[in-house]
Amino acid sequence: MELDAKIPGGHLKDKWDRHRFELKLVNPANKRKFDIIVVGTGLAGGAAAASLAELGYNVKNFCIQDSPRRAHSIAAQGGINAAKNYTNEGDSIWRLFYDTIKGGDFRAREGNVYRLAQVSNNIIDQCVAQGVPFARDYGGLLANRSFGGSQVSRTFYARGQTGQQLLLGAYSSLSRQIAAKKVEMFTRREMLDVVIVDGQARGIVVRNLVTGELECHEAHAVVLATGGYGNVFFLSTNAMASNVTAAYRAYKRGALFANPCFTQIHPTCIPVHGTYQSKLTLMSESLRNDGRVWVPRDMGDKRQPHQIPESERDYYLERKYPSFGNLVPRDVASRNAKAQCDEGKGVGDTGLAVYLDFADAIKRDGKDVIEKKYGNLFQMYEKITAQDPYETPMMIYPAVHYTMGGLWVDYNLMSTVDGLFVMGEANFSDHGANRLGASALMQGLADGYFVIPYTIGGYIAGTSFPEITTDHPAFKDTAKEVRERTDKLLSIQGKRTVDDFHRELGLTMWDYCGMGRKDEGLEKAKKKIQELRGEFWENVLVPGNDKDFNQSLERAGRVADFLEFGELMVTDALARRESCGGHFNEAYQTEENEAQRDDENFCHVAAWEYTGDDKEPEFHKEPLDFENVELTQRSYK
Amino acid sequence: MSETINLTLRVWRQKGPRTQGSLETYKAIDISTDMSFLEMLDVVNEELTVDGKEPIAFDHDCREGICGMCGVVVNGRSHGPEKGTTLCQLHMRHFSDGDTIFIEPWRSKAFPVIKDLAVDRGAFDTLIQAGGFVSVNAGGAQDANCLPVPQEDAEKAMDAAACIGCGACVASCPNASAMLFVGAKVSQLALLPQGKPEAAQRALSMVRTMDELGFGNCTNERECEAECPKEISISNIARLNREYFKAGLFSSVM
Ligand SMILES: Cc1cc2nc3c(=O)[nH]c(=O)nc-3n(C[C@H](O)[C@H](O)[C@H](O)COP(=O)(O)OP(=O)(O)OC[C@H]3O[C@@H](n4cnc5c(N)ncnc54)[C@H](O)[C@@H]3O)c2cc1C
Ligand code: SF4
Ligand code: FES
Repeated sequence: MELDAKIPGGHLKDKWDRHRFELKLVNPANKRKFDIIVVGTGLAGGAAAASLAELGYNVKNFCIQDSPRRAHSIAAQGGINAAKNYTNEGDSIWRLFYDTIKGGDFRAREGNVYRLAQVSNNIIDQCVAQGVPFARDYGGLLANRSFGGSQVSRTFYARGQTGQQLLLGAYSSLSRQIAAKKVEMFTRREMLDVVIVDGQARGIVVRNLVTGELECHEAHAVVLATGGYGNVFFLSTNAMASNVTAAYRAYKRGALFANPCFTQIHPTCIPVHGTYQSKLTLMSESLRNDGRVWVPRDMGDKRQPHQIPESERDYYLERKYPSFGNLVPRDVASRNAKAQCDEGKGVGDTGLAVYLDFADAIKRDGKDVIEKKYGNLFQMYEKITAQDPYETPMMIYPAVHYTMGGLWVDYNLMSTVDGLFVMGEANFSDHGANRLGASALMQGLADGYFVIPYTIGGYIAGTSFPEITTDHPAFKDTAKEVRERTDKLLSIQGKRTVDDFHRELGLTMWDYCGMGRKDEGLEKAKKKIQELRGEFWENVLVPGNDKDFNQSLERAGRVADFLEFGELMVTDALARRESCGGHFNEAYQTEENEAQRDDENFCHVAAWEYTGDDKEPEFHKEPLDFENVELTQRSYK
Repeated sequence: MSETINLTLRVWRQKGPRTQGSLETYKAIDISTDMSFLEMLDVVNEELTVDGKEPIAFDHDCREGICGMCGVVVNGRSHGPEKGTTLCQLHMRHFSDGDTIFIEPWRSKAFPVIKDLAVDRGAFDTLIQAGGFVSVNAGGAQDANCLPVPQEDAEKAMDAAACIGCGACVASCPNASAMLFVGAKVSQLALLPQGKPEAAQRALSMVRTMDELGFGNCTNERECEAECPKEISISNIARLNREYFKAGLFSSVM
């Protein structure tokens, strides 16, 4: 299979303009003759469903939660980047592009990332027009803050609830289109397969999570905006329902999966505290603007933090990276925290934590200022840990947070299956091997508001569609397969619960395919996952029946897919014989323990093709060409 | 420091919207006080599953107090006893060994029970569809800084916009009124210049829809404000009343 990313020709700065001009258009009056399915109502899906409906298409929009407003995007805290340069620090589209490419450790496409930086400014305009209450300065203009991996303040925010406010903005536009009957909204639905007719994605099979009924829906194109797969690790900062199912089902129907091993471990999360724990809580990275990270200088120092004098503390990020200090990118900050704990300098009951200390910031700016910036985060921390971060330093540890890998898409956001588009965290396209803070919100909204509305038109205008209905055999066959799988899950009636399997899978992934990877560990993980998967299909216990609101059954389906997908991640990690960004194979590091890339052999996207159950997937390569930036060893010193 | 406690749970079980429900008793043993309330329910559900019984259905997703998906009535209080806290952020350290805890779903005509503790809050989406938006299509916006907003207004708008749509205000109100929820959205948009052109239409349409959906009237009981996990102020209801009044008086959009 030839992977053609369809990057338009011409100079980087002109590509998107040129492409928009060259894309075929659907006549305004004809748009209402076309139906588009959008799965997901996060920033990507919500923005796309609203925008496509505004253009006149008939949209069917699906989500798992009881309301589109509750998609996982709602939890994003810190902010969204844009190249507005309102702060006059010398920011530009080029700089945002460059920072994002470099932050991704040169494993993303120049063309896509440049487009992302270009439309970033339109996003802020659009959101403000919707009434998103961004933070403002005294003069009433928009405020900015800085984020990891950047030396300019370009992050727009709404207290610590930026994702919530952006999502509610998209949701309000979506609601307006639902009221206008241009979007038909299906909540509490889980997509369990995509239906392909004559090589084109023409519909989906969903389970109505309340009644258990399987429903078939047809359309002229299908857009997946189903989020990331971080929950393969069981514990992550993702919402409980975040899953790989939609993407993985598409993979099994022929869409290639790109760079699945690229996962992001976020440096500032509340540490794990018990085996009953169901998820991890992020403390926004924006805290690193004012918080100082440290550990005791000496191993095994068990004193309380305030008893440790300044001279016996090691502010290791400031020491090792004087120019970026506490604001190094996430992968660097996470690996350093792990290294400190591995050396026995970790703090807290488990020794798996480092301090994030606000004492100096409070002394400098006053408690009021700190409270205004981070009040809700401090409150959340106190609720969970029963400790007051104004008085005693926070304890933090890295946790799985974001997945850069995803379904392979071309410049039009179309996967290797005709008519199947993928947006937001579910695709792989813009963040390379590591995502910079405040750029996922940017990407989701860019894809939804400003990319897909054009590119899907190009596809529809240039494609002929056979007339079909859900009576077509492809729908019947796909629905039958879905039903058989559900029946199988319920019929096993084994001894171990779904969560029990999920937890074990998560531990395996964390230990062997997490922050530091080794070949032996990865090989071991592969075997363990295969065994666990085998046991799952013989010994899982799923209570209840399928004609019901059955949350155990929902989770069972998701975990079954994670048990296959986890192996794909490991396969990908083993194949990438270098370290880059979030993929750190300990065999490939510089003398200073930084990720050592191998640009000669691995400057490519690894895209995997499904070849059958229990068969090795087939590897495809999309070489990455860098014409505008020079590949350098990332340095944040 | 964490310790463990034993609890008796009295949990509302109901098979579906049209069946009768009842309170069932379960034991929650060795519950760490560091657990969240939902993690405690997870533990109980794991045991029920292994014992061949059906686990308790309850809604949740982010477990960070932001998605608004969780919410049940705990000992008669929406989201439990802690002020300004969603159920998922409520920790077991606020309970004592030997406590009996009553756990019930939101009860309101507009929010029918789906199963056990899960209810259908679709009526809130219908309310937003009635006018909780600014009519602006993607693509046409001017530069964001062309429209300065006094910081104070922006902050107040943000206070109102913090609503997570959980429904606790309705569940706590003796009249099952949705005035706090609607007041929050109307206020957010009324405080911002972007929301002004449609302010009258919005207030009228959202209030009318609220009545149609079977929510009750506001008689100033203030329970909503007391139980709201995001501490949305009832001054937003006053603003909604002003906006509604103004719309009725001065506009032609009745
Ligand atoms: C705690 C936290 C904080 C973050 N903070 C920031 C930040 O400050 N800045 C930033 O840029 N990024 C941040 N991120 C990352 C960012 O929030 C996400 O990457 C982004 O919101 C993903 O958006 P999305 O639209 O792709 O998917 P999501 O928001 O995950 O939405 C997925 C949608 O798909 C639906 N869905 C999924 N599977 C199915 C299925 N099988 N069937 C039907 N529907 C399905 C879901 O119901 C949901 O509607 C944060 C992430 C976390 C976890
Ligand atoms: S006003 Fe408060 S209680 Fe009511 S829905 Fe909003 S957050 Fe929940
Ligand atoms: S689960 Fe999201 S608010 Fe409680």
